[in-house]
Amino acid sequence: MLNVRDLGVAFGVVQPLSGVSFSVSQGETLGIVGESGSGKSLTAMSVMGLLPLIGGRITDGSIEFDGADITALPERAYRKLRGGKIGLITQNPMTSLDPLKKIGPQVDDVAKLHLGLSNADARARTIDILGTLRIPEPALICDRYPHQMSGGMKQRIVIAMALAADPDLLIADEPTTALDVTVQAQIIRLLDDLVKERNLALVLITHDMSVVAQTCDKIVVMYAGRAVEQGPVEEIFDRPRHPYTQALIACIPRGLDDATRLTGIAGTVPTVLNYPKGCPFHPRCPKAEAICATDAPDFSVVGESAAACHFAEVAHAEPA
Amino acid sequence: MILRYTFFRLLMLIPVSFSISVVIFMIVYLLPGDPIDNLLRVGSSAEDRAELVARYGLDRNLVVQYFVWIGNMFQGEFGQAIVLRRPVADLVAQNLPYSLTLGGLAFLFSSVVGMTLGTLSAIVRNPVLDRFMRGFILLGSTVPGFWLALLLILFFSVNLGWFPVSGAGGWDALVLPVLTIGFGGVALVARVTRVALLDAQREDFVTLLHAKGLSSGTILFRHLMPHALLPVVTILALRIGWILGGAVTVEFVFGRPGLGSLLIRALGQRDYPVVQACLLMLALAVMLGTLIGDVAQAAMDPRIREKKS
Repeated sequence: MLNVRDLGVAFGVVQPLSGVSFSVSQGETLGIVGESGSGKSLTAMSVMGLLPLIGGRITDGSIEFDGADITALPERAYRKLRGGKIGLITQNPMTSLDPLKKIGPQVDDVAKLHLGLSNADARARTIDILGTLRIPEPALICDRYPHQMSGGMKQRIVIAMALAADPDLLIADEPTTALDVTVQAQIIRLLDDLVKERNLALVLITHDMSVVAQTCDKIVVMYAGRAVEQGPVEEIFDRPRHPYTQALIACIPRGLDDATRLTGIAGTVPTVLNYPKGCPFHPRCPKAEAICATDAPDFSVVGESAAACHFAEVAHAEPA
Repeated sequence: MILRYTFFRLLMLIPVSFSISVVIFMIVYLLPGDPIDNLLRVGSSAEDRAELVARYGLDRNLVVQYFVWIGNMFQGEFGQAIVLRRPVADLVAQNLPYSLTLGGLAFLFSSVVGMTLGTLSAIVRNPVLDRFMRGFILLGSTVPGFWLALLLILFFSVNLGWFPVSGAGGWDALVLPVLTIGFGGVALVARVTRVALLDAQREDFVTLLHAKGLSSGTILFRHLMPHALLPVVTILALRIGWILGGAVTVEFVFGRPGLGSLLIRALGQRDYPVVQACLLMLALAVMLGTLIGDVAQAAMDPRIREKKS
C-alpha cells in the first residue's frame, strides 16, 4: 500500500530527515516512534505531500502509494489523494478544526470534494460516520462549533474527516498526545477497530512505546532524523538491538510498585543544526565506543529486524 | 443569538452615552473665555454683559443648564448658535453631508484597496513586492495628511490641471481629498490584513484543511479570510468614528465645509451649543462604530458570541 524508500527531506541546506524506509500493507499498523524532533511528523508531512507548506522538500528517495511513486505528483493530482485516499489525523484536536465553522460542514467537505456527493448526501454520510465513531447525537453535533466540544470529541471529529472519503491509508500523527489518559485509550482502541473493520493501513506516529506495543504490527524507531531500528513489533520488544530502542523500552512504566523508579534517557535530542557526527545517538549512548563518534552505522539485518548500530549483532547475541 | 447580543450591546450604550454627554457638556465650560465675549462690542458695560448672559441662560446653575440642554436634545432641539446666530441643527445639517461623503468614500476606498493590497502581499511571496508593500505601509502611516494634500494639489491640480484646487463643487473635487484621507487608511488596513492572513496561515487547522484535499484558493477564501477579517473589522469599525471628524486638516487644505471645520470654528468662538452638538455627533459616531464592529465580530466568531451574551 505505502512503500517509503530512503526518504530524505531538506529545508534549505539543513537536512532534518534522511534514509527513512518502511512499508505498510492493508490491515496493518505501522508504528513510528521517537522523541520530539526525531523527524516523525516530517515523515507524515512528506507522505501527505504537504512539505512545501512548511518550506521543506523531498531530496532523496521515493514514496510509493498504491504502486505509483507520488513524490513528484503534481499538486492537483495530490489533492485527490489527500483526504481521498490518505487521511490525516493531527496531534492537537483543540486547534485542528476551524473555530469559525460548524462541525457538520467541516466534515461534509471531504465527501463533497472526493466523492462528489450533494450537500444532503454528504451530511447523511457525516452523521453516519460520526455515529460509527461512537459520537452521541451526531445530527446535533453537526450544528455545534468546535469550541463547544471536548478534546476527545474533537479528535473523533478529526478522525471522521479523515475517514469521510473512505481512504486506504490513515496517518495518525500523535493522535492522543493532547488528550486525557482515559480518552487516549478510547481513541487508540477506536483506531485499532477501524483498521480491522475497514481493512485500513495505519501509520501511527507516537512517542509512547506502550501504545505501540498494544496496537502495532511493525515499528520504526526514529532518532535525529533517521530510522535507527525497525522490524516486527514482537521482535523489537523481545530483542531490541539498538541501545536507543532498549532505552525507550526501559522507559515504559511498569507496575505500581513504589520501589520501581521511572527511568529516562540522559541528555536531549540533538536539533537539526547540531546532529552529531558518526552515530547520531552516540553522545547519549551507554554503550558507545570510539567508532561510534566517527562512523555512521549502516543498517544490519539480523533475523526479521534491522538496526543501525555498530554492535547490533553483538546485542542480538546477548538480549538486553 | 446575534439579535440578543446586539440588544444587550445597545442597552449598554445608554449609560455610556449619558456619561459622554456629561463630559461633553462640562468640558466646554472648563475652557477659558465664553461666547459672550465674542458678542459684546468694545466698551460694553457690565450690565450689557449680564443681560446677554441671562438671555442665553448661562447664569443658571450648571446642573440645571445640563438638564435643560439634554432635555432639548431629546426633543431634537439643538438650540441656537450663540455667535453664528443660527439654529445649530441647520449648521450641522449643512455640514454633515460633506463630511459623510468625504469620510464614507475614504472609508470605502481604504477598506477595499487596503484589504486587496494586504491579501496580495500576504499570498504573493515575492521579495520585491514585499519590500514595496512595507515601504508603502510605512509611508502611509507616517506621512501627514495636510502635507500629502498639498503635494497632490501641486501635482494633479496645478501641474496637470485634472482636479480643482479646492472647493466642494462636483465629484471631481472629491478625488484628491478622498485619496489624501484614504492613503493612511489603505496602509493601515493593508498592514492589518497582511499580518492577520499570515497569522491565520500558521494556525494548526490549516494543515488539516490541506490534508482534506482542499485547494489553496478554497482555503484562502473560505477559511483564512474569515479569520483575517476579524481584526480588520475591528480597526475599520474604529475608523467609522473618523468618517465624521477625522478630516479637519484635509478639509482646511481643500477648503471644504464639514463637521470638523465647523467644530474648529465653533471652538475658537466658544460657541457652546455648536461645540456640544458637534462633539455629541462625533461621540455617537464612535460609539456606533464600536457597536457595529462588535456585532460584526460576534456575527463572524461563535466564540465571541457565546462569551459575551
